[in-house]
Amino acid sequence: MAKMQEKKEKKSLSGQLLGIALILMLVFSLLIGAGCSQGAVTPQNDDEAGEEAAAGAEGDEQVAEEGEFIILSTTTSTYDSGLLDFMLPAFTEKYGIEVRVVSQGTGQALETGKRGDADALLVHDRASELQLVEEGYFTDRQDVMYNDFIILGPAGDPAAIKGMESATEAFTKIAEEEEIFISRGDDSGTNRRELSIWDKTGVNERGEWYKSVGQGMGDTLRMAGELQGYTMSDRGTYLSLKDTLDLEILVEGDPNLFNQYGIMAVSPEMHSHVKYEQAMKLIDFFMSPEGQDMIASFKIGDDTLFFPGKGVE
Amino acid sequence: MPRLIEGIIEAFTLIITLDPNLMKIIMLSLQVSGAAVALSMLCGVPLGAFLGLKPAVRTRFVSKILYTLMGLPPVVAGLIIYLLISRAGPLGVFGLLYTPTAMIIAQFTLAMPIIAGLTMVGIRSRGKEIQETARTLGASRLLTAWTVIRESRFAIFGAIVTGFGRVIAEVGAVMIVGGNIDGHTRVMTTAIVLETSKGHYELAIGLGVALLVISFVINSLLYYLQGGVGSYDRRL
Repeated sequence: MAKMQEKKEKKSLSGQLLGIALILMLVFSLLIGAGCSQGAVTPQNDDEAGEEAAAGAEGDEQVAEEGEFIILSTTTSTYDSGLLDFMLPAFTEKYGIEVRVVSQGTGQALETGKRGDADALLVHDRASELQLVEEGYFTDRQDVMYNDFIILGPAGDPAAIKGMESATEAFTKIAEEEEIFISRGDDSGTNRRELSIWDKTGVNERGEWYKSVGQGMGDTLRMAGELQGYTMSDRGTYLSLKDTLDLEILVEGDPNLFNQYGIMAVSPEMHSHVKYEQAMKLIDFFMSPEGQDMIASFKIGDDTLFFPGKGVE
Repeated sequence: MPRLIEGIIEAFTLIITLDPNLMKIIMLSLQVSGAAVALSMLCGVPLGAFLGLKPAVRTRFVSKILYTLMGLPPVVAGLIIYLLISRAGPLGVFGLLYTPTAMIIAQFTLAMPIIAGLTMVGIRSRGKEIQETARTLGASRLLTAWTVIRESRFAIFGAIVTGFGRVIAEVGAVMIVGGNIDGHTRVMTTAIVLETSKGHYELAIGLGVALLVISFVINSLLYYLQGGVGSYDRRL
C-alpha cells in the first residue's frame, strides 16, 4: 500500500512538472503570437517609410504612419487570378500603405463595405455598385477594368451550344436538354449575372439538372469539370485554372456577357473610421496610367485577363 | 492519380526545405490556436473542476449547455463573433475584425466548452473521492482543489489536446473573422481552402500533411505525459 502510494507520488510529481512545462509552452506561444503580430508590420513599414522618403521626388508628400494599412474587399476573380498579387506590391512600395485583401463573392464584399469593415472595394456588379453609391454607402466609384463572362462545358457538348452567339439561347437550350448546369449560387457578381440571363430565358422551373453549389468560381469550375456539366465563369478565373480543368469555352462575345469591374471607397460620411485618404490613393493608383498599364500587361501564358478602363456595354 | 502523387512529393519538398510561405502560415496557425487553447484552459479547467465537484444532479442544466456548445459548428461561432466585432456590431469600435485577435476570440469560444466539459467529466469520475480523502487528511480548501486537479491531470490533458485538435483543424470560424488575408490572418486550414480553389494542390497537400504532423506531435506529447503505454484508458 505504502509502496503504491510512493510510486503514485513520484509519478504525479513528474506529471506535474510536465504539466507546468505544457502550460508554459502554451503561454509562450501566446506571447510569441502577440509579439509577432505587432512586430511583423512595424519594421516592414519603417522600411517602406524610408523608401518613400527617398522617393519623395515622386510627388507624394505624405509619410506613411507606422503600421498603416487598408482593407480591400474584393471578389474571388481578381484575387484568385493573381492580378492583385501582381499589382499591390507596386502600390505598397510607392505609398507605404499595406493592402490587406479579403476576397469574397461580390454580394458579400458589398455587404462588408456597407458595414464599414473595409476601406475600399473592387467588385463587379455595376448596377448594384451604382445604386449603393447613390444610397451613400460608397463614393468615388471608377470603372477600373473589364473582361467578359464565358459559358463553358464539356468538350462533347451534349446540348450542342457551341458557337451560339446568344447566351440566352444557349441557356434555353441547356434547359431544354436538361443537361447539368453548375451555378455559383453564392450571390457573387458572376452569379447575379447568370441569374439575370436565366430571367431573360423565361425558364423559371429549373430541375435536378440545375445545381446551385454556393462556392467560389474556382470550386464551381472544378465541380463543372468533374460532373462534365455546363457553367458560366469570368474569363480571368477560367484562364488561370484552364490547365487543371476539363472544360471548353463554348459561348462568348454576347453583350450580355460583358463584365465591368468597379473600384470605390467606403464613404467616410457613412463610417467615420474608414481610411478614406488611403483608399483614394489606391483608387488613384489603379486609375493612373501606371496602374492601367499594369492591368493591361497582366497575362497568364499568352492570355490577357483584364482590359483597363471602361468597356462598352 | 499522378496529380496526387506529384502533389505529395511537392508537399514534402516544401516541408523539408522549410518553405518560408508555408512556415509563416504554420506559425500563425500555432500561435492563434495555441493562444486560444491557453485562454480556454485558464477559464475551462477551473470551470470544469468546479462543475465536476458539484453533484451531477445539480449541474444537469449547465452540463447540457456545455455539451451543446461542445458541438457548436465553427461557422456559427465565427458568424456570431463576426456580428459582434464588425464595425456595425456592438464591439465594432475596437476594429478587431480581420485580425489574429479576432481569430483567437472565435477559437476560444470553440475550445473553451470542450476543455470545460471534458474536465468536468474527468473530475466527476474520481474527483469526489479525492476531495474527501484530501479533506480527511486535513488539506485546506485551496490545496484540496489543487489536489483534485492534479490527480485528474490525465483527463485534463486529454481535454486540452482535444480542444487544440478542434481549433487547429477548423476552418469556418477563422475564415469569417480572419478574412484569410495573406501574411496577416491566413492559417493552414484557410490556406488549404484557397489553394484548392486556385488549383494549387501541392501547397494545399503540403499544408494538410503539416497539419497531420503537428497533430501527431501533439498527441505523442500527450501520450508521453500520460505516462506511456496503456495509460490512455485513464483519460476519461
